[in-house]
Amino acid sequence: MPEQTTTGAAIQLEDLTKRYPGSAVPAVDDVTMDIKAGEIVILVGPSGCGKSTTLKMINRLIEPTSGRIRIGDEDVTDMDPVRLRRKVGYAIQSSGLFPHMTVAQNIALVPKMVGWSRAKIKNRVEEMLDLVGLDPREFHGRYPRQLSGGQQQRVGVARALAADPPVLLMDEPFGAVDPITRDHLQDELIRLQHELHKTIVFVTHDFDEAIKLGDRIAVLRERSHIAQFDTPEAILTNPTDDFVSGFVGAGAALKRLNLTRVRDVEIVDFPTATIEDPLQSIFDKLRDGASNELLLLDRHNRPYKWLRRGDLTLAKGSLARAGTLVHDTVTRDATLRDALEAVLTDNTGRVAVTGRRGEYTGVVDMETLMNNVHELLDADRLDAIEHRHELEEQRAHQTHREQEGTDSAHGASA
Amino acid sequence: MSFWEYVAGRHTQLLIDTYQHASAVFQCMVLATLIGVLIGVLTYRSEWVGNLATTATATILTIPSLAMIGLLIPIVGLGVAPTVVALTLYGLLPIVRNAVVGLRGVDPTLVDAAKGIGMSRAARLFKVELPLAWPPILTGIRVATQMLMGIAAIAAFASGPGLGNEIFRGIASLGSANALNQVLAGTLGIVVLALLFDAAYVLIGRLTIPRGIRA
Repeated sequence: MPEQTTTGAAIQLEDLTKRYPGSAVPAVDDVTMDIKAGEIVILVGPSGCGKSTTLKMINRLIEPTSGRIRIGDEDVTDMDPVRLRRKVGYAIQSSGLFPHMTVAQNIALVPKMVGWSRAKIKNRVEEMLDLVGLDPREFHGRYPRQLSGGQQQRVGVARALAADPPVLLMDEPFGAVDPITRDHLQDELIRLQHELHKTIVFVTHDFDEAIKLGDRIAVLRERSHIAQFDTPEAILTNPTDDFVSGFVGAGAALKRLNLTRVRDVEIVDFPTATIEDPLQSIFDKLRDGASNELLLLDRHNRPYKWLRRGDLTLAKGSLARAGTLVHDTVTRDATLRDALEAVLTDNTGRVAVTGRRGEYTGVVDMETLMNNVHELLDADRLDAIEHRHELEEQRAHQTHREQEGTDSAHGASA
Repeated sequence: MSFWEYVAGRHTQLLIDTYQHASAVFQCMVLATLIGVLIGVLTYRSEWVGNLATTATATILTIPSLAMIGLLIPIVGLGVAPTVVALTLYGLLPIVRNAVVGLRGVDPTLVDAAKGIGMSRAARLFKVELPLAWPPILTGIRVATQMLMGIAAIAAFASGPGLGNEIFRGIASLGSANALNQVLAGTLGIVVLALLFDAAYVLIGRLTIPRGIRA
């Protein structure tokens, strides 16, 4: 029985600086960042920009030279680091699972350390395995080396979340898995976050990953200076400077497609028939229907073939030979980019949308996609302009205040 | 008198010697393991202290065992004491070296992960680092035991216990009827003991190395 889970806590970094002895420039220079409770913030930047160091200062794996860290209402800068880390989930690249412990033992580590009862830990392990989509009975007693990279990473996330921490830190967690698995893991993380509402700080150097996962993205340049900290939409449509736009890379409009899901656009009906319908009725539909095309469904209502008027005649009335096979379908959770990809591969100018078990629910066509993208880009542009005005106003205000401040200081010293 | 007649006739004394030999090696190995792993744990984190520890123990090994026991007699006297000290010192080298190498060889990302999920220094050492370094440490213990089996025979020189007494007695009375038999009995006894101990280590390995990291 799932218990009430702790939801996220806000994180505040205040003038956080890390200076290593013997090096002239700080590795992380004066980072100030407000992270809201329950959001996913991505730190993204080139290698060596200090994003990982910044992350590790939040659970004080790296002790800051100066600055404060607040989690929730608590200042954790001087707290016992061991106690702090038990309240902050931590997942790293290549999972960091201990090879000499079973999956269950790995997940149980933190709950054990914070003193949960045996029975509660046992239930929790099952629950966590379930949560990350691994069958508890099958994976419970396995050792990490008996798992695939993707499975290891899931267990790593399960371990990080086992003691139900409000905050989860992830340091390039999907960096070492193949692209297909990475895609799955990203989808899983989005699903998990829908259920859990943790505060997640996620480090990556992959901007596409940042767009896909982030509620907000902080683009960092060297020494962890924040070049831009904003929503993915704002960064894509309105990068503040050349560094950010360089990082966004080419094809911002295409990347924008990743931010919208098929469920957000209009899914329309399309004439269908199933392969069990009598041939004559399919003929009639094709001849009399408004469209000269229809989607043939298989026995389980799954999209099977696109049929055009005349296809049946050409194939001499044999359904098996008529029409073109459906190559690709999308679910309602797929991104518009996936949809566009599918529309381009199937030469029918539309893609079938399927439900949970692959059954037909509607179609999205090229025209809908085009219109949506235009609308989205226009809306983003408006938002960006508005946002820029706000920032400028703020900045003007600040300069004004600073000037007043220096004036009064001069006045005092005079 | 044939060899087997000799063994049959002297089997009580031979069994006592064998038992004492095995017991001396076993006890010294326990001591050497405790001290060796402790030295490893204390030194592996620092580059030069760790190297110093391995070099120091390697130096001990270059001292000929006969000389070592001879040198120990004026300090600790005759009998069991020089045997225990010498055997323990010799046993240290493979154990310290393998402990340092094993502990240094633990994947740093795993140590980072252990820290990151809130393990204390002690928990990291006992739950992560030592279990992962255990296979090489056990190999060190095994090598040390084999070595001590032979060195323990020298202990008889300082009136120590064990099968060395048979060998020394034989050498001292070379030419007499049973001289060869005595040397042979002592040597064979040591070889058999060494094989038995080795078999025991295979079993210990099976029992103590977690399945997840077994080769």
